[in-house]
Amino acid sequence: MMDMSQYLDIFIEETKEHLQNLNQSLLQLEKNPDDRSVLNEIFRVAHTLKGMSGTMGFNKMATLTHDMENVLQALRNDEIKVSTGLVDVLFKCLDALEEYNTQITETGNEGTNDNKELIDALADLLKSKATGDAPAKNSEGQQAAQAAPSGNGNEIPETLPLDQYETNIINKAAELGNDALQITVKLNKGCVLKSARAFIVFKTLERHSEIIKSEPKVQDIEDEKFDFEFTVVVLTKSDESLIKKDLNSIAEVDDVIIKKIKDRNTVVSKAAAVTESKKEEASVKVENKTAAVQAPAEEKHEAVARKTKTGKTVRVDIDRLDVLLNLVSELIIQKTRLEGLEGIERTQQYTEVIEYLERITTNLHDAVMKVRMVPVETVFNRFPRMIRDISRELGKEVELEMSGEETELDRTVIDEIGDPLIHLLRNSCDHGIEPIEERRRLGKPECGKIELKAYQDGNNVVIEVGDDGQGINLEKVKNKAVERGLVTKDMADNLTKKDILDFLFRSGFSTAEKITDISGRGVGLDVVKTKIEALGGTVEVETEVGKGSRFFVRLPLTLAIIQALLVMVGDEKYAIQISSVHKITNITPDDIKMVQKQEVIMYRDTVVPIVRLDKVLEVPKTDDRHDKTLTLVIVKKGERLTGFIVDKILGQQEIVQKSLGKFLSGIKIITSATILGDGNVALILDVNALAY
Amino acid sequence: MAENTASDAKKYLVFRLDKEEFGIEISKITTIIEKDMNIARVPKQPKFLKGVINLRGEIIPVISLRLRLGYSDDVYNEETRIIIVKLDDVSVGLIVDSVAEVIELNEDTTESVSNITVEHSMEYLTGVGKANGRIVTLLNLEKIVSLDVSAV
Repeated sequence: MMDMSQYLDIFIEETKEHLQNLNQSLLQLEKNPDDRSVLNEIFRVAHTLKGMSGTMGFNKMATLTHDMENVLQALRNDEIKVSTGLVDVLFKCLDALEEYNTQITETGNEGTNDNKELIDALADLLKSKATGDAPAKNSEGQQAAQAAPSGNGNEIPETLPLDQYETNIINKAAELGNDALQITVKLNKGCVLKSARAFIVFKTLERHSEIIKSEPKVQDIEDEKFDFEFTVVVLTKSDESLIKKDLNSIAEVDDVIIKKIKDRNTVVSKAAAVTESKKEEASVKVENKTAAVQAPAEEKHEAVARKTKTGKTVRVDIDRLDVLLNLVSELIIQKTRLEGLEGIERTQQYTEVIEYLERITTNLHDAVMKVRMVPVETVFNRFPRMIRDISRELGKEVELEMSGEETELDRTVIDEIGDPLIHLLRNSCDHGIEPIEERRRLGKPECGKIELKAYQDGNNVVIEVGDDGQGINLEKVKNKAVERGLVTKDMADNLTKKDILDFLFRSGFSTAEKITDISGRGVGLDVVKTKIEALGGTVEVETEVGKGSRFFVRLPLTLAIIQALLVMVGDEKYAIQISSVHKITNITPDDIKMVQKQEVIMYRDTVVPIVRLDKVLEVPKTDDRHDKTLTLVIVKKGERLTGFIVDKILGQQEIVQKSLGKFLSGIKIITSATILGDGNVALILDVNALAY
Repeated sequence: MAENTASDAKKYLVFRLDKEEFGIEISKITTIIEKDMNIARVPKQPKFLKGVINLRGEIIPVISLRLRLGYSDDVYNEETRIIIVKLDDVSVGLIVDSVAEVIELNEDTTESVSNITVEHSMEYLTGVGKANGRIVTLLNLEKIVSLDVSAV
């Protein structure tokens, strides 16, 4: 037995992809039951899966996919119709296959669950065609018309046309005492696994003879592209009746008609058949070489498909990419250091080298980051299926509209955003979208809409989850907050909309009791927030009662290397992520006004609150200068602006984020640190925590 | 008996704060560096947490032992050293006035802290070692490095 372990990873990954593909196609099929191309695609992928799992020795998986394939084949033959029940069963099969795959990922084998109920359910689906609803009958009628011989009972089928090559073989064989026989095998109409039966017939024939021709072609028979009969030409030394007896003993074989191809005249080829049979000859060759008809042929297909795949992509362990990225980070630090070196004569040559180095490191960084980028599609593509399931579970009609699936995010971020997004989508389905009757009463379309949108915004990627449901009742959230003692009644009345919505993200806000009356939002929203913030992102929500809610998840594009604005506060250097810097401007102390004990300035007709960084950061006082102008860095947090007063702007620089480590992990206003060109450390400010 | 004490012996690094001598188990020390770089202050932290430094590309928090043990603030000079210790995979730097030498102590030459009265907070000490007529206060590193502080 060949060692398959080296292929296991590829198998697992590809199975995931195929299952995802099937999930999508199946959803499409449910929407457009008549779409042939989708059906064919599903069939093709299922077939591939069967071949793959069979090759890897995962027989339970292979059996299940095989049975799925049969149902799909019946669909293709119009013997059964696409129904919700059928799609449900197929979806369940996909889940079962996914379970197998998970099991394989974890343990290396497919486990013991044989999913008997599913296999029975599939068999039941196939049986339904025997009960004969209208289309099934039709197609049988067509079959009868097409396959004239089968309709006429025992009449001997007409002789297959043979080409020169085949005639020669037959003549040669005759000289050696072999008989050439044309054998037509008719299978029972109720036969479920036609290709499997045909396989047994071929195996049986091979014991006695050599098969030199088959009609339909072997490939078609394997693919079940034949009705209930097929004809082969064999060379044999065995007795005709013996072959007949053996074939008749195979279950579900209704009839076997054997005709001897006697003299050369019978086998003289028809001119018309010559060209075509060249191909046939090839297929027969393949058939002869591969002792076991079905599986190996598929194996070959797979081998070809896999080759083209692995040729295009390389799967790399994420750890290796991390090492690469770390090295690039170090390189960037050293480059920055080189730029800042003092006591070097800046000749033109030196400047050129530095500039060139700068370009290369930038490109290198981009390239490495790109390698780590994955389209959000890899997360999104499981959602349509999920929404379908949830909405059916809840008895609601929900349509998921997705856009921007091609937006890319760092692999490490991608791996983490799945769960929070599922949470938000579930929330929208469960608590946002109203029940059908309610929607009808409100004059809304019965089918609720959930929008999932991804797009890039500066150095961030924004993912929006919006619904056209009932929205969040602020009053109720407020009352709840008072009830839970989070704010006093008086305070609650002064809260802004944003403050109130923030309660939703408080830990345990909604778990205290069943709160269907507060539109239920908040179930685990704190978990979502924590997770997103751990990724350096933010979550916000907008809502309008009766119109719906919209969650904005803002995520950093990359985690490691960022463009930052370096500023001095007192004698200390701090970095501010450039993506959150809106504008740098100079103001005079007179520009600062007081509003409700809060320092603000007017900036483009909006009131912008001011944060004196030296106070917030408790920077030790240097000499008390009273500057005529103050430097203001206006930062944006979502849509809102805040001004930070700093002492000096040092400039923009590419910096590498370094974690502050476990020891300092509790700090709120600092996200991380960076090492500057001179080897000193500058802290990176958490704009979201500092800004209003 | 003699063999036993030999095997129980542990090596300690002796360092000074003012005139007093302290000891840290050498197995917990990663390296000792001179204080030749800036320490980046981290806001909203207890005073004894001086900030963070860059140690070969890694960001490491630095604690002033003087402030931690209730002495006056550090005055950096040529002798000042930062001892980098590692506890549970977390590296922390400890600023000391100067580093003296490495000594060996065993149970016979160590006295538990309960037998002596020391002026500064007892909880940071594990005992007192006596070697060649000198007295070395042994520090409870876990306690010193922990951030949940009552005394600042």
